[in-house]
Amino acid sequence: MRRRFTSLGARFLKDGQMLGPIDYCFWIAGFLLALYVVVWSVYRREFFRYFTLNLYMLCTALVTVGQYVCIQKFGLISINYFYFYHYTDSLLTILMLTVIIQLYLEVFREMPVSRYIKGAALFVIVATGLVSYAVVDQNKSRLVTKFVLELSQNLNFVGVVFTYVLWVAIVKLRETRARLVQLVLALGIYYSGTAVTYALGNLFPAFLKTYAWRWLPPLFGTWLPLAWAYTFTRVSEDARVTTSTVLAGEQ
Amino acid sequence: MIAALIYVISVAAFLQFFVSYCRSIISASRRVELSERVREITGIVGEDVPAEDFERLLQLVHLCRESADDGTKIRAVQTYYLLLRVIDYVTRLVMPGVTAWVEREREGCSYFAAVALDRRISLESDQPPQQTTGRF
Repeated sequence: MRRRFTSLGARFLKDGQMLGPIDYCFWIAGFLLALYVVVWSVYRREFFRYFTLNLYMLCTALVTVGQYVCIQKFGLISINYFYFYHYTDSLLTILMLTVIIQLYLEVFREMPVSRYIKGAALFVIVATGLVSYAVVDQNKSRLVTKFVLELSQNLNFVGVVFTYVLWVAIVKLRETRARLVQLVLALGIYYSGTAVTYALGNLFPAFLKTYAWRWLPPLFGTWLPLAWAYTFTRVSEDARVTTSTVLAGEQ
Repeated sequence: MIAALIYVISVAAFLQFFVSYCRSIISASRRVELSERVREITGIVGEDVPAEDFERLLQLVHLCRESADDGTKIRAVQTYYLLLRVIDYVTRLVMPGVTAWVEREREGCSYFAAVALDRRISLESDQPPQQTTGRF
C-alpha cells in the first residue's frame, strides 16, 4: 500500500508521469483494508489477542495519511517526503518484526520457550537497528541512490527468512489453527513478493523504469491487509486445517 | 551476486507460500459436500470433479450474484490454476511424473469452484424471486 510512494517510485515518476487513479485506488484500498482489520478486531473483541498485528495495521493506516499530507504539502519528490517515508518505513519494519514475534509466541505457546523467543527477538530488533544505523551512517551520500534499494531488499529478505522459519515450525509442530496458518502464509507471500521485486530492481536497473516496478510493490502492499482482512472475517478462531494437506495437497 | 541469491531464494519462498496459501483455501472446501442441485446443474458425478471443468464452473460462478466474501478466494485459486497449467505445459515433455500431481491439484481447484458455485446458488435462492430474475 505504502511502498508505492517511495523515493524510488518518485524517481520513476520524474520521467513525466503523475500519480494516476490506479495509484490512488491502491492507496485508498490499502488504507481502508488496514482500518477494517483494526475495526473488525475491536468489534470481535480480538484486538488484544492480535495486538501487535492490529497495532501494525493501525500505524500503517496512520502513516498512509501522513504520507498523503506530506505529498500534498511538500510534493512527492521533496526531501521532506523522502525523510518522512524512510523514518516511518524503519518504524514499520520494527513493528512488523514484533508481529512476527507474536506469531512465533502463538505457535510455541504450549512450549515453555517464550522467554527465549522474546530474548532472541529483542536481540534481533536491537541488532537490526544498530546494523541499519551503522550502514546508513556510512552511506549517507548514497542514501538516495542504489543503497535505498539494497536496504529495502535486505530488510524484506530478513522478513522472508523469519516467516519461512515460522512456517517450518508450524509444519513441524503440526499446527492446525487455520487462522494462524493463513496469517503466516499471507505474510510470507507479502515478504517474498516484495523481496523478489526489490531484488529484480537491483539486478536489472532497467526494471525500475517498467510498469511492473510501478505496480508490483503497491500490489503486494495491498495484498497483506486484504488477506488479513479476509482471514479475520472468514476464518474463525476454531477453524482447523491439516498442514500436511496444505504441504502435500489432497491425495 | 547477493541480489541474485536473494532473488532465487525469494522466488522459491514466494511459490511455496503462494501454493500453500491456495491449498489451505482449497482444503477447506474439500470438507464441504456438494449439494444435489449443483450436481444436477453441472453434471458432476461421484466425489471428484474433473480438472477440465474448472473454467466452465467458474463461468457459472460468475453468472451468479457476487458474494461479498469469496471474490478474493476465487481470484487466488484462479491464479493458482493458471500457474498449474503453466507448470503442466512446461513439464509435460521434460518431467512426465509431475503431470499426475498437477492433475490432482487442478481437480482440487475444480472442486473448490463447484463449492463456490453451490454456495452462490444457495445465496441466490435465499433472495426474493424478483431480484434473481434474469441472472441465469
